[in-house]
Amino acid sequence: MDVMPKWAEVVLVPLISLLLAAILSALVILGIGEDPVAAVKLMISGALGSTYGWGYTLYYATNFMFTGLCVAIAFHARLFNIGGEGQAMLGGLGVALACLYIPWPHWSLALVGATAMAAIFGAAWAAIPAFLQAKRGSHIVITTIMFNFIAAAVLNYILVNMMRPQGSMDPATARFPDATKLPTLHDMLAPIGINFSQAAPANISLLVAIAACIFLWLLIWRTRLGYEIRAYGHSESAAKYAGISPFKITMIAMTISGALAGMMAINNVMGEAERLVLNATEGAGFIGIAVALMGRSHPLGVFLAAILFGFLYQGGAELALWTSIPRELIVVIQALVILFTGALDNMVRMPLEKIFLTLRSLRAPKPERKPVEPAE
Amino acid sequence: MDYLTLIQLLDSTVRLATPLLLACLAGLFSERAGIFDIGLDGKMLAAAFFSAAIAAITGNVWLGLLAGIAASLALSLLHGLASITFRGNQLISGVAINFLAAGLTVLIAQSWFQQGGRTPSLIGGARFNPITLPFAGQIEPMPFIGPLYAELISGHSILVYMAFAAVPLTWWILYRTRFGLRLRAVGENPAAVDTAGVSVIGLRYAAVCICGVLCGVAGAYLSTALQAGFIKDMSAGRGYIALAALIFAKWRPWYALWATLLFGLFGALETRPDVIEALIGIKVQGQLLGALPYVMTVIILAGFVGKAIPPRAGGEPYVKER
Repeated sequence: MDVMPKWAEVVLVPLISLLLAAILSALVILGIGEDPVAAVKLMISGALGSTYGWGYTLYYATNFMFTGLCVAIAFHARLFNIGGEGQAMLGGLGVALACLYIPWPHWSLALVGATAMAAIFGAAWAAIPAFLQAKRGSHIVITTIMFNFIAAAVLNYILVNMMRPQGSMDPATARFPDATKLPTLHDMLAPIGINFSQAAPANISLLVAIAACIFLWLLIWRTRLGYEIRAYGHSESAAKYAGISPFKITMIAMTISGALAGMMAINNVMGEAERLVLNATEGAGFIGIAVALMGRSHPLGVFLAAILFGFLYQGGAELALWTSIPRELIVVIQALVILFTGALDNMVRMPLEKIFLTLRSLRAPKPERKPVEPAE
Repeated sequence: MDYLTLIQLLDSTVRLATPLLLACLAGLFSERAGIFDIGLDGKMLAAAFFSAAIAAITGNVWLGLLAGIAASLALSLLHGLASITFRGNQLISGVAINFLAAGLTVLIAQSWFQQGGRTPSLIGGARFNPITLPFAGQIEPMPFIGPLYAELISGHSILVYMAFAAVPLTWWILYRTRFGLRLRAVGENPAAVDTAGVSVIGLRYAAVCICGVLCGVAGAYLSTALQAGFIKDMSAGRGYIALAALIFAKWRPWYALWATLLFGLFGALETRPDVIEALIGIKVQGQLLGALPYVMTVIILAGFVGKAIPPRAGGEPYVKER
């Protein structure tokens, strides 16, 4: 039987972890001689105080939803995919190829085509480590880390030597044609009378990300495949005994994971930059780890955690703009969130479990004394 | 390619291999004891910053080295706390440590020095300067041996010699001492070690601490010997290359030396595209050469060229049977 009630498991543990991370972050801000309260106020007004701020917050959140889901689905199969960064880079390559070399008549078709290409490229980049894990037994964490570096090198090579327009010094592709321009939230909300900021990069990919959250929830909890993935994650030997193929589950979970990471590119490459640049992912693949851990690998949790990190990102940018606190503060917060919700999970959980056990024994009537010792 | 170019190339190979070697041996101690450590990069980065910062403030590089080791050790203990005491996921803890170091170093550097996340340039006694070995001047004019001794063997900082001395020392500790035997055992079968009445937790903490010290030296080397000062993200993924070298070396000290020298050579070649062109006749892109260690590691790990088998209990927190 579980020691803790479900609400404590789902809400209390992550909340306490988050609180610990927040307290330590505040101490860090104090330590570098700044005022944490003023910093938080500035972050809130900068990220949520205007439609411009919201536009950036939601733009970042869209990235993190994709990468968070990418890590989450792999976690369900007990696979740790650190390769979201590389898979998202390759997704960007897919988007760039789709946008540059196919004459799309309308953005909606371009979106479908680019999404498919992004997903295929990301999935392919994840499928190799998955295959090596399933067939050759090489550790997926190490292989996906190596694949991040290889992806960066490959992309660098392709951008500099192949896709760079003639005469340009910038290691980037040409600008995508106008027909592939995705509608921003401003374009989408204007017809219903909401004047959303025109400068903010949030775009229709946000809806794709939300759809991906719903799709993943359906997949994990409402399909046979999702059941098999979860069963495999809980116990490999039990899953094998039930006739679930470890090879199949590893491959499927990782390809879906890679496809989700790759799909991030429709937001940052197609929606925002409108060309493929070096380091387009800006570490979003790694933030996915924090997002998935905080969201407890549940799509709703990932959605909420992604918005929180979107807020932190935009708020952090504002801090760097108006105070002497560097942007790297966000990296510290991200590290603390990963530490407390991931690695030090038991530090929060163990005392909580003790409290709940004591509470239960206080509340429950004392069991009658029985002469026979319970068998254990 | 003439002889002198070769010597120069090997010279920079040694320089670039040194931090990899130290970090690789650090990872070797930790992983042989069953604690996976992908936080090598973060520990090096933290050590690089604190050694440069303290050396810049005090003007004494040895105090800097101590500060770097202390910083790396602190992160090691955090890793130990998460993965040994609280039996958390060692990989996630390592990821967190990397980000923690990447963020905190810039934050503190900005707060202390206001130079955009770097330390002031180190000069004089605040750096590890090259050591000229005895008779280097006399031997130099000799053909063949002269440049070899004067250019390649002599003229490195003390940390380079320490790193190379650490290889036989690591071998001796691991294979010729009781501590080493127990350390290897705890990575293969912790239950057996526990049954023998030896503390699994104690051994693993010891291994993690040795790892911290070695990473500290590696980081200090980066900022006080290889370069003169700390810059943002200066470890530049070296911790991951060291990890790759560790797999390449199949978790063995002497192999670690050859693996890191090989990866150091790739690094040295990356800066000398003219040498590669002269050597194999075609132009090789630097970016692709930089990715070579990673590609080779993937191939080795997949068992296509010899099998790399990690310590059996690696990554598993030890729970006493109840």
